Amino acid sequence: MKVMAQMAMVMNLDKCIGCHTCSVTCKQAWTNRTGVEYVWFNNVETRPGVGYPRTYEDQEKWGGGWVRTKRGRLKLRSGGRFTKLSHIFSNPKLPEIRDYYEPWTYEYDTLLSAPQGEHTPVARPMSLLTGKAMQIHWSANWDDNLGGSTETMAQDPILKQMSEQVTAELEQAFMFYLPRICEHCLNPSCVASCPSGAMYKRAEDGIVLVDQDQCRGWRMCVSGCPYKKVYFNHKTGKAEKCTMCYPRLEVGLPTVCSETCVGRLRYLGLVLYDADRVLEAASVEDPAELLDAQRSVLLDPHDPAVVAAAEAEGIPHDWVLAAQRSPIWALISTYQVALPLHPEYRTMPMVWYIPPLSPVVDVVTGSGNDGEDARTLFAAIDRLRIPVEYLAGLFTAGETAPVTAVLQRLAAMRAHMRNVNLGAEQDPRIAQAVGMTAEEIEAMYRLLAIAKYEDRYVIPAAHAESARALEETASGCSLDVDGGPGMGGGGRFGSSSGRPVRAAVETFHALRNRQTADTPAGATPTRVNLLNWDGNGAPPGMFPPEKGQPGYGDGPEAHA
Amino acid sequence: MTTRDVLLWVVVPYVAGAVFVVGHLWRYRYDRFGWTTRSSQVYESRLLRAGSPMFHVGILMVIGGHVVGLLVPRTWLEAVGVTEHAYHLVATWAGTLAAVLTLAGLAILVYRRRTVGPVFLATTRMDKLMYVVLGATLAFGTTATVMFQLLGDAYDYRGSISPWIRGLLTFQPDASLMADVPLAFQLHVLCAMSLFALWPFTRLVHVFSAPLGYLTRPYIVYRTKDDTHLGNRVPRPGWERVERPGSRR
Repeated sequence: MKVMAQMAMVMNLDKCIGCHTCSVTCKQAWTNRTGVEYVWFNNVETRPGVGYPRTYEDQEKWGGGWVRTKRGRLKLRSGGRFTKLSHIFSNPKLPEIRDYYEPWTYEYDTLLSAPQGEHTPVARPMSLLTGKAMQIHWSANWDDNLGGSTETMAQDPILKQMSEQVTAELEQAFMFYLPRICEHCLNPSCVASCPSGAMYKRAEDGIVLVDQDQCRGWRMCVSGCPYKKVYFNHKTGKAEKCTMCYPRLEVGLPTVCSETCVGRLRYLGLVLYDADRVLEAASVEDPAELLDAQRSVLLDPHDPAVVAAAEAEGIPHDWVLAAQRSPIWALISTYQVALPLHPEYRTMPMVWYIPPLSPVVDVVTGSGNDGEDARTLFAAIDRLRIPVEYLAGLFTAGETAPVTAVLQRLAAMRAHMRNVNLGAEQDPRIAQAVGMTAEEIEAMYRLLAIAKYEDRYVIPAAHAESARALEETASGCSLDVDGGPGMGGGGRFGSSSGRPVRAAVETFHALRNRQTADTPAGATPTRVNLLNWDGNGAPPGMFPPEKGQPGYGDGPEAHA
Repeated sequence: MTTRDVLLWVVVPYVAGAVFVVGHLWRYRYDRFGWTTRSSQVYESRLLRAGSPMFHVGILMVIGGHVVGLLVPRTWLEAVGVTEHAYHLVATWAGTLAAVLTLAGLAILVYRRRTVGPVFLATTRMDKLMYVVLGATLAFGTTATVMFQLLGDAYDYRGSISPWIRGLLTFQPDASLMADVPLAFQLHVLCAMSLFALWPFTRLVHVFSAPLGYLTRPYIVYRTKDDTHLGNRVPRPGWERVERPGSRR
């Protein structure tokens, strides 16, 4: 058993109102740059729908993820190492930008510079790829239900797997939103596809990242990812992807998409898993067993043997404690209401979803029945085959039983909590019907419905305090290397040349300590702001203390 | 042997070689981020799917041919039983095939670069200069091959150009070997020298990141926070981290 920690996310789809706040704040934080105009690390899709990029789930076409060979081994769907290298001069499965959408801006300048005339000037859309006027015919969420989702709904690859007459019924019956980020998989096929070895999984928290200095732009990761969540920056020629906001996680803050989610539907926390069993679990023969296999890879953080093994692997104690408090572990394993997106891709995704009960409730209440009555809801879940089958196509490789079980638990919670809130007599059969106790249902309700900030996000900070403490008080410059310029931030070839300063945990903490400290910043002996120095005398801290003065020999290194 | 000969066939090659080597070292140290293929496939796939493999396969054949023809001495080849006639046959026909592939591929790629709007916009001035020099090198090389090897009576470059190149590489340059070489070959060599000098500053650097390590590495790559880079700055020599006795990491 090799215990590793993984930062994971669960999204409660019942609460998603499709406001796209997560997408917009993520875009502002990460992809508001040239070259990634078309890139949304976080996007929200209306389902059923074609998704972004269009029909990305059609792996016959795009060749993402893994397949199991006859001999029981896993192989990349678009081919092994030799196939990949033989396609290196042109990638046969690469989506073009137009499969996402052609990015554009508007010719705002004409609004001001147009000469006086009979007609009001208009700002025409201008392509950011060609610089020419263009016709907008698709965008990141063009098939939003507020736009034209029913026009293109039939192209949904999941629907196509289901019977055809279903489509028309779905139009009236069933719709929900699916927010998507990178899945930070346990068995990532993008990492496996990268010829340069530039993509990696962080051993500490399992976040999948692209080393921008090592990426050579071979684009195999883009086609290798079945979720199409690795993007090609067409200006820099490098792959980019969701970073799970690791600079925020490292200091104990939730990701931007989670923090700004108005529905408060996202949960973040650690899970412990057995790295030795990942490949075995991803290779089980029957796709329907993949869900259970993936659940079984996760380790119970309360099990003393697991705790001992985790600490033997060097996982810090507070991380183990965080894993025990993790809402992810609770939702996946304790309450078993969260399901992975497309386990059949065999990548072991680590962003899980609680399937929505609300479409079922809507149908029940719409037909004049009691949408909070357990028996009515159970009957409706059984009767409404179409939503359940569609959800199964997304979350359980087509197996309807786990989806039904989750929806029944959500329905039981609804019915039970109505009795509690109305002070009505408790019906123990409700909890029994879904294999839970009343206490468990109430605890689950607290996590799902009350969803306090500290319950949703259990994020242990990275262990950088073992690094050089308070890096910033040493007033060092990252270019201040042996043989470097030593000129303070200028860089060898003008500003911002050389290597970028890394987002540092210790910088964040040092800045916050200084901002919230009781003593003024000037009291720190090693920091002098020369911009405020009028040239008279020597402010304290400008020179190191002389022999005999207090603090002599107490240089920056001594702080570390 | 005139001053001009020495300048062209000793000074220029060494300058180009030095720029090539030092340029790559510099680029790798200071611009690892810019070290990429700068692929334009996301803009346009159809023409690229035709032109790029043609060009790349062709140019790899060309490079292979040059290695055999220039760097391997004739006596070595004869020692393993490759006669002059056999060599000439293979060099001419495989070389012609390679040239056709390369030039046709390049033509498709240049056409695509000029006519597909986004690709043209993403073309830098350095790209254009590189295309001119690369195209000229290929054109003179093909001209020389067609003029002398296909139509003419097989110019024996293995008696002049090849020993000259090997002399350069072993630091025993002999400019006189190149003095009487036909003009088409001379122009080909000079264009190639300029291409070598430009190389480190263009997208051609991607040649040196051919990902052969992919064949042997494990599929999933894990990286752990680098122990030597715990802080924001590179540690200076002479400072060792204080560690608790018996600490694991």
